[in-house]
Amino acid sequence: MSIITKLALAAGLVTALSSGALAQDLTGKVIGFSQIGSESGWRAAETSVTKLQAEERGIDLKFADAQQKQENQIKAIRGFIAQGVDAILIAPVVATGWDDVLTEAKEAEIPVILLDRGIDAPEDLYLTSVASDQVLEGRVAGEWLVNEVAGEECNVVELQGTVGSSPAINRKQGFEEGIASAANITITQSQTGDFTRSKGKEVMEAFLKSSNGGADICAVYAHNDDMAVGAIQAIKDAGLKPGEDILVVSIDAVPDIFTAIAAGEANATVELTPNMAGPAFDALAAYWANGTEPEKFIITESKLYTAADDPAGEYERRKGLGY
Amino acid sequence: MSSSEYALEARGIVKIFGNHVALDAVDFGLRAGEVHALLGENGAGKSTLIKILTGAYQPDGGTVLAAGAQVHLDNPQQAQAHGIGTVYQEVNLLPNRSVAENLFLGHQPTRFGLVRRRKMEADARLILKRYGLDIDPSSELGAHSVAVQQIVAIARAVELSGKVLILDEPTASLDRNEVERLFEIIRDLKAHGLAIVFITHFLDQVFAIADRVTILRNGKLVETRALDDMTRTDVVRLMLGKDVAFSGATGVEDARPMGEVLLDFANYGRKRSVHPFNLTIHKGEVIGVAGLLGSGRTEMARIMFGADAADEGTVKVAGKPASIARPTDAIGHGFGFCPEDRKAEGIFGDLSVRENIIIALQGKLGWFSALNRDEQMEIAGRFGESMDIRAASLDMPIKLLSGGNQQKVILSRWLATDPAFLILDEPTRGIDVGAHAEIVRTINRLRDEGLALVVISSELDEVVAYSSRIVVMRDREMVAELSGENINPGVIVQAIANHREGPST
Amino acid sequence: MMRRILTRLANPQLLALVGVLLVNWLLFPNFFRITWQDGRLFGSLIDVLNRGAPVAILAIGMVGVIATKGVDLSVGAVMAMAGAVAATMVVAGYPAPVAVAAALAVGLVCGLWNGFLVAVLDIQPIVATLVLMVAGRGIAQLITEGFIVTFTDPLLIFIGTGSFLGLPMAAVIALVLMILVTLLVRRTAIGLFIEAVGVNRAAASLAGIRSRMLLFLVYGLSGLCAAVAGLIVAGDIRGADANNAGLWLELDAILAVVIGGTSLLGGRFSVPLAVVGALIIQAMNTGILVSGFPPEFNLIVKAALIFLVLIIQSPLASRIVPVRTSAREARS
Repeated sequence: MSIITKLALAAGLVTALSSGALAQDLTGKVIGFSQIGSESGWRAAETSVTKLQAEERGIDLKFADAQQKQENQIKAIRGFIAQGVDAILIAPVVATGWDDVLTEAKEAEIPVILLDRGIDAPEDLYLTSVASDQVLEGRVAGEWLVNEVAGEECNVVELQGTVGSSPAINRKQGFEEGIASAANITITQSQTGDFTRSKGKEVMEAFLKSSNGGADICAVYAHNDDMAVGAIQAIKDAGLKPGEDILVVSIDAVPDIFTAIAAGEANATVELTPNMAGPAFDALAAYWANGTEPEKFIITESKLYTAADDPAGEYERRKGLGY
Repeated sequence: MSSSEYALEARGIVKIFGNHVALDAVDFGLRAGEVHALLGENGAGKSTLIKILTGAYQPDGGTVLAAGAQVHLDNPQQAQAHGIGTVYQEVNLLPNRSVAENLFLGHQPTRFGLVRRRKMEADARLILKRYGLDIDPSSELGAHSVAVQQIVAIARAVELSGKVLILDEPTASLDRNEVERLFEIIRDLKAHGLAIVFITHFLDQVFAIADRVTILRNGKLVETRALDDMTRTDVVRLMLGKDVAFSGATGVEDARPMGEVLLDFANYGRKRSVHPFNLTIHKGEVIGVAGLLGSGRTEMARIMFGADAADEGTVKVAGKPASIARPTDAIGHGFGFCPEDRKAEGIFGDLSVRENIIIALQGKLGWFSALNRDEQMEIAGRFGESMDIRAASLDMPIKLLSGGNQQKVILSRWLATDPAFLILDEPTRGIDVGAHAEIVRTINRLRDEGLALVVISSELDEVVAYSSRIVVMRDREMVAELSGENINPGVIVQAIANHREGPST
Repeated sequence: MMRRILTRLANPQLLALVGVLLVNWLLFPNFFRITWQDGRLFGSLIDVLNRGAPVAILAIGMVGVIATKGVDLSVGAVMAMAGAVAATMVVAGYPAPVAVAAALAVGLVCGLWNGFLVAVLDIQPIVATLVLMVAGRGIAQLITEGFIVTFTDPLLIFIGTGSFLGLPMAAVIALVLMILVTLLVRRTAIGLFIEAVGVNRAAASLAGIRSRMLLFLVYGLSGLCAAVAGLIVAGDIRGADANNAGLWLELDAILAVVIGGTSLLGGRFSVPLAVVGALIIQAMNTGILVSGFPPEFNLIVKAALIFLVLIIQSPLASRIVPVRTSAREARS
């Protein structure tokens, strides 16, 4: 599938994502974007959405793929500074080691915006950072479950992300906060599925075995949609109906989970938007227009999607984005 | 200070491993100022005795006396403290450190805890001079020849210990000149009153250097005697309890009928390896190959077998032109090759004796005509018996066998393929006398059965005994082909020497 | 006869497997419960067989490579490639048998490529196969364009999740491959030649063994096995996940071979014991999942158990307790 077709397919989503505020025209601005790489579908979607957002505003986007290496990112940023770009977006691969290169950017008076991850550096070295609130994502999922079971006893099994990763830690914490008020909901088992489908399926199989064939499980909460998709297959293999016998809630809102929601096999997902660039461009527009300093941390929306939110349509809108 | 006759003495030594008696009440006395050869077949108990004398093993019975006083040698360091130093066949020094460091390892002259490199190197230079070595003490040990490393090892042992020197097969990997050089040093040390134990498989060397000999057989002392009144045959008989095939034999009778031409190498050679040579080999004859190490003898064997491809010349097998570019070609024509370096190129250490015997035959049969276990056992058993392979079981790994028995296995491997032509590169090097005799017997038998053989050996007496012709190699070139009367060690040595001294034109 | 079979079963690998299974049973009393459900067996023990199958299949290919003193680091990436090829082809409308054949062909070609680097160019195996380990996953990502390519083709799904006589298809495939490869190496001279090349390649060449052909064979087989494993994991999740399919599984496969008693220095090997090694690893994984340990302990528990298994197999242990220690004696 060529980039052009992807762009065409994705046009609908861009409209949806940028709904509300009208995108300001930034024609003639040159902005450098140092992306981590393309290690996941979400990352690929973030790249294509960023390009679409730039195109919509008439921005000349200089894109650099760092292939997971900080040295490549630093090289790219120095290159952007040398070219005299108007602003720089960075999706930082690691949290430390940015002080020198950001100081160089500051001395060159080029504003820097961080996308989707934070760093350990003085706050005055960057204009703002745009990221989702991972704890909030977990909380939204938890609160959905509290409403859904409406007071009934519910044992939840949890499929964690990679042990020690910040989304795994934060989404676990958020979910626990979300269900804290409901004494009827308990997490009975929790294991890591490494954010992958096959591990999600394998772990869910084991949970089903150790929970009386699944009869003791009321819901599964997965830290990402891929693990949920794997878990759905395991539930089906065990002769149960996912979505009915066992509720399925997860995070990310990748296209495939909408197929499952449309088929009634998954119940809810919380969106981690790939559109980090849109809010960043908006902040830049305001900054350049009248010098408005944006807030230091811009939090993207963590939107909940269920069967009521046109899952088939959401699938169509997302499938071309590179997830 | 002691009145004892012996610098080092062992009395009634007993050593038992499990239910195997390795040494059974063995006495051994070593005088100052003598070279004392310790002989015996592999498994006779030589190395066990040496390990007890150097503190590596503790005896289960008997006593060790140094200069007349009983000593307890719990480890090699204590043996060293009693003046006993040892040099092994494999130089166990550090090849990537300097000569000087190796000489003084663990005893470097220091000041304030720092090694005094300059002093160490100056001392080293003096010591090396005494051993006739004019080499740079700061050079890496590994950059020197094995012979030089061996001499450094001896120097180290003597400097650290000073009374008794045990040499465990020091000459196994040296050529004739290097051995002679080593012997000069040994004679010099002897003249300085050192007591020296010399272990070797080469009887020539025993007679050349030793004053007395102690012979062990099956863990028992056979005899300790002065060598003056002994002949080679006496020694071998004592070691084996029987006469061996090659003793006393000199030359093959000219009358021996020679078969038809099997192989004809014409202008055959390989650049930077062997100069082109011409050689015709008949059925039922043994061609001996003589020459020093590095003379090109092994290289010649390798291109004959296709282990390296010849890049000029032609070869005819039974009159028909043939192409031998790799070993499988050679094997297809009925060739077999026992390489010089048994461990690196001959045996499959972890595989069983049985598998080592059948592997070349199986290689000839290919992937899909596998010999089943019974067939393998039958073949291996047949050769185990006819070659007198001493193995507890045909299923034991070959690496547990002695060198001689390993060599018999490799020979069996080729005999199992029913070969027409065998190339044996140093088939008797470093193996015990019994196996040696067995292999020489086999060479004679195969020749009589009509095989063609090429045998490379440094033991001239041996080559002379079974060869119908001898080719001499020097500087990667075939320099002489001897037959008839000329097959004797004197002529061979002369052939090498004449060419060596002659001006190269 | 009976006694001979019993002594052959008393090797450390099988003892370790039984030990791990018993520990699992202690931690989770229903571990051995197997029920019949929807025409297939259902239970944790079946999960061990099913989930262990991909690594077992990789180990079946890997053991021959390791026996020649080599190693194949590329199998995880080849899995991803095979899955990606099969999935994109069925999605593009090719018949499933064609897609499966193409995936297997890709695996075979990858294996032969490794064989070429090792046998002809004489590159060290660890480096030679590292090339494809890195590049292969990239190629798989190019094929899938970074998506998880999902499919609904019944044949591919059957390979990953179907059942035969109640047993998971993956386990059946692994068993069949194990028997076929064992017969291939032991009923012919190939096994002996592989061991000979592994123990001493120089001597093997002088003994008339064509080590190049053998290396092509073992690396080709390893690639083929990796492709089979790749089809299974893709079929299992009904999609080709180029980023994660087979990730790090090459290390599990190497570990399975080592637990199975084959030395990384080459030589003696046993295909069935390598499969047992894979089952030991999976029994640990499944045990950890059903036991309810927090996931933070997964790696530590696994490492400790593997350490224990290797200690049981070590020469030291065999001197203390004379059990059969390696693949060496485990063959006929």
